[in-house]
Amino acid sequence: MHGEAIFGRLSGSGSVPARSAGYNQITLNCGMNNIYLTSRMNQAKLRRIPIEVPLKEGTADMSGTLIRTVSPVAARAAPRSAWRPRLGVLTRYASPFFLVLLWQAACSTGLLSTRLVASPAQIVATGWSLTRDGSLQTNLAVSLARAGSGLAIAFVAGVSLALISGLSRLGEDIVDAPLQILRTLPALALVPLFILWFGIGETPKIALVALGSSFPIYLNLHKGIRSIDPKLLEMARTLGLSRARTIRDVILPGALPDLLVGLRFAVGISWLMLVVAEQVNADSGIGHMMMDAEDFLRTDIILVGLVIYGLLGLASDQIVRFLETTLLSWRPSHRIARSA
Amino acid sequence: MNAVAQVTQGAGVPSRDDAAVLVHGLTRRFGDGPAVLDRLDLAIAPGEFVALLGHSGSGKSTLLRTLAGLDPVTEGSVARPREVSVVFQESRLLPWKRVWQNTVLGQDGADRRDRAVAVLEEVGLGHRIDAWPLTLSGGEAQRAALARALVREPAFLMLDEPFAALDALTRLKMQQLVSDLWTRHRCSVLLVTHDVDEALLLADRAVVLERGRIRTDVLIPMDRPRRHADPRFEHLRGVLLESLGVHDG
Repeated sequence: MHGEAIFGRLSGSGSVPARSAGYNQITLNCGMNNIYLTSRMNQAKLRRIPIEVPLKEGTADMSGTLIRTVSPVAARAAPRSAWRPRLGVLTRYASPFFLVLLWQAACSTGLLSTRLVASPAQIVATGWSLTRDGSLQTNLAVSLARAGSGLAIAFVAGVSLALISGLSRLGEDIVDAPLQILRTLPALALVPLFILWFGIGETPKIALVALGSSFPIYLNLHKGIRSIDPKLLEMARTLGLSRARTIRDVILPGALPDLLVGLRFAVGISWLMLVVAEQVNADSGIGHMMMDAEDFLRTDIILVGLVIYGLLGLASDQIVRFLETTLLSWRPSHRIARSA
Repeated sequence: MNAVAQVTQGAGVPSRDDAAVLVHGLTRRFGDGPAVLDRLDLAIAPGEFVALLGHSGSGKSTLLRTLAGLDPVTEGSVARPREVSVVFQESRLLPWKRVWQNTVLGQDGADRRDRAVAVLEEVGLGHRIDAWPLTLSGGEAQRAALARALVREPAFLMLDEPFAALDALTRLKMQQLVSDLWTRHRCSVLLVTHDVDEALLLADRAVVLERGRIRTDVLIPMDRPRRHADPRFEHLRGVLLESLGVHDG
């Protein structure tokens, strides 16, 4: 690596905050064999850049001086940002577009067998014919209903449990420990049990989605409620705010950013759960459509399913982002992002 | 005690009957440690402006928190008006409510916004009524906090080092503002501060706390507006600094 340097000392296994042009927040994390420089450019993007640290051989405390570490991102960010808004869209999508072209070319020339992977043109054609005969819409509607109702249940359950354990000590004692134990279970491992309990109808699928996505909502909201600035709570007391009003005006709005983070995780998990649930046993839904296609070696239909899943994930992420910008408009970061 | 103690005798402490705030025998300790407040007696008359000085750890903040109802009274007694307001060193505005909503937080009535606008204009913040708190400067945020305290029409206003985090010029303006507001509203004020000059500019009486007890209680009988050049100002400044253990040349 090369470019601007960050000078600092590394010691122990903790994190060393540092500042440089391209980073908002940088932490240095030492593992056993490698050291990463992690930067939080914004909440969504995490970059890990390995850095070279000359360590004395045999030193047990992992300490050493950082010389000329080096981030290509930081070095290039400044001059590029000036013209990036204009050319940004083009440069950003040039590479994926080129890859799709390459894929199409490989299929057309017979380099890639369509038995392994359908060509992009074929995927579009299949998608269109599936839409025309209505099977895509039907399956999509079924999948959306499952994910939607599962998420709705998860939201209600996660928020209620987080309120109970966040707002009272007794509630925390009762609710938090069992949930912390349960969340370490991989939810997908419960599929056989759920089929035994709920049969093979809609219930196990919705239950699986609900279970998997409750945890991120619960954990984040609980954390959000517990980490409200005690000074604001004190202020509410001096203003004579009732408990109900304090919850409504101080605690809940203060925990909202964390709730939305939890919601974004939950949405991602809900699609994951759905894919598994629909592929294990189902007679409808996008997952079922894909498993059906497998029997007839229809890679084009499988790929249409994948595209749909991808688009659904993208769309739901956008919805949560939209919620964040509208509900959290008081945060300076959002205002800057919007005016830029 | 030394000469400073004699000043205590001379101070015009309001009698028990007409005091707005009355602290009697207040003792507070944390765990088995020494008493933070040690059988403290303090009376503040209606409309009186009292400055409370003292080193860190002298019990100033504990006294203020007890008066604000944030800390319990375990030994002794505290009587204070029902309508009190506190302004802290940090503005403590809710970042998710606009400035005017912060001002009338917890207030009911259809005229909430009108009242907020009126009081915000009074503190010179009429142009930031709909702003988000995180966009305010330090001085503006403290003005909003003052507005939030005043909109409740308190009989007793507590100011906990409200200007300590501001730059020097803003602090001067804010001191002037507090002085003007107090002249108009005439509530009892307890100003906790580290700044002897601030106490002498604003207060009717200065109280110096040391190890949980009142070491000095001195009247500041000067006309307003006050000037640093006033010989009485200089004299009182020396008295207060000496009782704080600072001896200036």
